[in-house]
Amino acid sequence: MSIAPLKIDEQLMKRIHAHGVETYPHECCGALLGRDGDGSREVVELMPLANRRDDSPRNRFEVTPEDVRLAEKTAQEKRLELIGWYHSHPDAPARPSEYDRDHAWPWYSYIIVSVQKGVPHDTTSWRLQDDRAAYDPEAIETVAHPAGIQ
Amino acid sequence: MAVKVIIPTPLRAYAGKQESVEVQAATVGEALSAVTTKFSDLKKHLFSDDGRLRSFVNVYVNDEDIRYLQKDQTSVKPGDTISIVPSIAGGARS
Repeated sequence: MSIAPLKIDEQLMKRIHAHGVETYPHECCGALLGRDGDGSREVVELMPLANRRDDSPRNRFEVTPEDVRLAEKTAQEKRLELIGWYHSHPDAPARPSEYDRDHAWPWYSYIIVSVQKGVPHDTTSWRLQDDRAAYDPEAIETVAHPAGIQ
Repeated sequence: MAVKVIIPTPLRAYAGKQESVEVQAATVGEALSAVTTKFSDLKKHLFSDDGRLRSFVNVYVNDEDIRYLQKDQTSVKPGDTISIVPSIAGGARS
């Protein structure tokens, strides 16, 4: 089954990059709120969250279940869905690690931004396969921000 | 009246696209076992190969985290609601 591209406004993508730069050399993380329909998925809003992994924030991130519930509630209030998550890989490729795979569920979109020496580089998105064996890459379609609209 | 298990959005595809499933159970463990017996594709996303709840999967009974109750032996009664909430974790290196 092919996966439809994940649409995201370029301003929102810039905010993900900025978050990764802000927390460098630690990992940043946040929730993707948006819409999921037949053959389309779009990020409408970001919800930056604190990385709760105080012991190893350079190569780990964690969002607590309390923050997950808050993200779900926030999405519901805005008539959106919690469609996925983003995090950064400081000085590491934008590819999911084994650790990422062990801690993921299918359906969610997982955006990873590689931040090299404090500068955002590649950005990728992934979906875990049904059998948990691997991730499928999910194309990102960056949508240009219409002039004059915030 | 049965116990209601809310299926999180990412896992609904493995539970007949249902938002919740009602099962007869006396404990949380029995309820999760009943749900994963009914929908076997759910099992691998909740439990690891050794049969334990995956470390990032959290279970609540009426908003109380079962880690602070009796874990999977936590009693449930008809009308209770069980929620399954992930922690989101990952990181650059394996």
